Amino acid sequence: MSENHQISTMDRVSVGLAARYRKERRFRLFGISAIVASLLFLALLLASITAKGYTAFRQTEVLLDVYLDPAVLDVHNLATANYAALVRDAALALFSQVESRQDKRIIGKLISTGAAYRLQDLVTSKPELIGSTRPIWVPADDEVDMFVKGHIPRDVPEAERRVSDKQASWIDQLVAADRLKLKFNTAFFQAGDSREPELAGIRGAAAGSMFTLAITLLLSFPVGVAAAVYLEEFAPKNRWTDLIEVNINNLAAIPSIVFGLLGLAVFLNFMNLPRSASLVGGLVLTLMTLPTIIIASRASLKSVPPSIREAALGVGASKMQTISHHILPLAMPGMMTGAIIGMARALGETAPLLMIGMVAFIVDVPNSFSDPATVLPVQIFLWADSPERAFVERTSAAIMILLLLLLAMNAAAVFLRNKFERRW
Amino acid sequence: MPPLLLVSLVLALSTLAFWQGKRRAFALSTQASSVKMHSRPGYYGMLAALWCALPALTIVVVWQLAADSLLTRMAMDGVAAAKGALTPDQVNLLVNDMRNLVTGSVVDSQIDPLLQAAADRYSGMLRISHMALAVVALVTAAVGAYLVHARIKPSLRARNQVELVIEVILTLCSTFAVFITIGIVLSVLFESIRFFQQIPFFDFLFGLKWSPQMAIRADQAGSSGSFGAVPVLMGTFLISGIAMAIAVPFGLMSAIYLSEYAGPKFRATVKPLLEILAGVPTVVYGFFAALVVAPFIRDLGVMTGLSVSSESALAAGLVMGIMIIPFVSSLSDDVINAVPQAMRDGSYGLGATKSETIKLVILPAALPGIVGSILLAVSRAIGETMIVVMAAGLAANLTVNPLQAVTTVTVQIVTLLVGDQEFDSPKTLAAFALGMLLFVVTLALNVVALYVVRKYREEYE
Repeated sequence: MSENHQISTMDRVSVGLAARYRKERRFRLFGISAIVASLLFLALLLASITAKGYTAFRQTEVLLDVYLDPAVLDVHNLATANYAALVRDAALALFSQVESRQDKRIIGKLISTGAAYRLQDLVTSKPELIGSTRPIWVPADDEVDMFVKGHIPRDVPEAERRVSDKQASWIDQLVAADRLKLKFNTAFFQAGDSREPELAGIRGAAAGSMFTLAITLLLSFPVGVAAAVYLEEFAPKNRWTDLIEVNINNLAAIPSIVFGLLGLAVFLNFMNLPRSASLVGGLVLTLMTLPTIIIASRASLKSVPPSIREAALGVGASKMQTISHHILPLAMPGMMTGAIIGMARALGETAPLLMIGMVAFIVDVPNSFSDPATVLPVQIFLWADSPERAFVERTSAAIMILLLLLLAMNAAAVFLRNKFERRW
Repeated sequence: MPPLLLVSLVLALSTLAFWQGKRRAFALSTQASSVKMHSRPGYYGMLAALWCALPALTIVVVWQLAADSLLTRMAMDGVAAAKGALTPDQVNLLVNDMRNLVTGSVVDSQIDPLLQAAADRYSGMLRISHMALAVVALVTAAVGAYLVHARIKPSLRARNQVELVIEVILTLCSTFAVFITIGIVLSVLFESIRFFQQIPFFDFLFGLKWSPQMAIRADQAGSSGSFGAVPVLMGTFLISGIAMAIAVPFGLMSAIYLSEYAGPKFRATVKPLLEILAGVPTVVYGFFAALVVAPFIRDLGVMTGLSVSSESALAAGLVMGIMIIPFVSSLSDDVINAVPQAMRDGSYGLGATKSETIKLVILPAALPGIVGSILLAVSRAIGETMIVVMAAGLAANLTVNPLQAVTTVTVQIVTLLVGDQEFDSPKTLAAFALGMLLFVVTLALNVVALYVVRKYREEYE
């Protein structure tokens, strides 16, 4: 008997035990820190977007006393009158001490070009106001807006600032006189895109998203459900159905941009459908979401127990009756959950839509499926590319809206699942 | 008559046919109680409705698809004859001019009388065509409905016929997915072949220089363009590599913790939270990468004295990696959960700690599935577009330095296809060649992933 065997197994184990427990704790720490790091990143992402974006929901406005000069305005020329001149005069009237031409020009620039449109709307709706002096709130220029919100700091040297000391003092005068205020940014929700940040809104993109999603839902849901029903309930097990199955799984993993190439080559170049239209966007997104919906619908059909089918067939229902009267209603919540998740993905999709020209600069809010349109994520992409400081804020705000929409859709899906899902 | 109105009219007719058919079947069944109808009344109505709507709608669709090119050719006949021999490009140009004349969106003050005549002819024929289509479709609908209506009698096997039609429709829907794939392959392949007619295939695949900025018009300044895909591919792999270097450890460790250590409550809260990361649109990640992460990394570089490009591969790869974490973690989670409990119990019984069990028993058992999920994640990273479009560079540098700007396949596709397009220029066609490359690579990765999972999966019973 050698010395080694005097040490019992227990002793040998306990020698290494401390080190092994240390390793165990370290491993566990790695795991929890991986999760914490991922969640921290999520928090950082959301926090930074919110911090940048929440200010966009308010817009700096200036109170002007506009004299609706009958010499400029006439009931017959309301569409073409020089509203900008009236706005400029009203702005200059606030600073009576300013003399030089250059300063006057700068003062004119404190007010957004959108002020003229607002004035025009007012006069067009109430022509009887002509000749009177009206106090109206008009949007300030985006630089002023940024300065008031503190995105252009005061403490940097004047040369590196977009707002000069002189402008700053004028703005302070307006604030002191209670003529410059942050008001709820209605333009952001009511306007289409614009080159001027203070006039740009998401209404056009939101309408485009709605049209596009409507097409996607109308096409992909019926076709997806029909395909799932065939594959799950009717399809014989042969090479052809195998091929279809493999195909659907592969389609789900193809990069979305390739679908954009397909859309460009087939819908635009071959079928001559209108460029930039939400119709084409909807078609492309349909092709993309179809596999998702088919896969979800099949899973949902699979979860309906065979006993239901057998019972229905047993009392004499035809196969089609079994499916339409019993299986489909039971599988519907699951299918709808899948459809909502597919729609949420389609709503956030950008890349394929770039390929079919939905990146155009479109001011008008689209009214039909064939109007040129853009969608929310593409609008975000376009604004993110704009150099103006004020667009950063608006991009973040648009992202907040988009994320809220997605959250609502996913919440609806979870709700549907929890409420209607049955465990057999 | 606008197509939408026509379609709604046909559908209205078909609804009418349904009610009429159902009523007739009902009347028949009550009238003679001795005869038993083969199907329930609704099926007779449905048969009538189907025969009313389907042929008419088919006619509408086919007509709409065919009419335009046919009419254009007929309208342009006179023009082509007068102009003599024209290349296809010139014909296309003329056709576009003519279309613009028809829609009235013409800015040119001088209008070719020949074209104007063609445009007038076109709009005239279009009106006739629309009218003819309306008449033909409505007559077909009415005739179809009438034929079924007249045939309704107790022995008509309406249910079987209706079910057959529905089954055919279901089958067609399921083959749709195959058509999508065929469509993708064909559209990408055709344009790629045209590209390879101008640029040799091996120059594209093995060329070391990528600068697609070439003159579209003869009088335009621009380099002659070179299409070597190697730098673009290198950039793609560099960024995907960085992304995977983030996503695999974080995703895998999260999955291990969630499935092996976490309690049910922790799991139920953290898993959906992680999945939010996957649900955030990529354009948001792109914005974040370009606005927050890239400047942060550049400042960090300035502080440590490194020269970091403001569009560094690191920033794009980092953010992409974070986007892919939930993808890796949820797939690996499923795989790890599929390892039978008996194997864990056996390992614990031998005195192994939890982490030893995971490292020596569970991970080896789950390895094929994990490799499969990583391959799927790689294919996702390669095909990811918006993050790199917004945060990576445009210039194709052949480098493996993550601090420099590189470009990727998807970035190039987007930049080549957004804006000026001419479908004969290799510049535009190159995008399709890159698209084909992307398609082939991701498809291959998927197939390999599936193969690995199937081939090396341990079967536990």
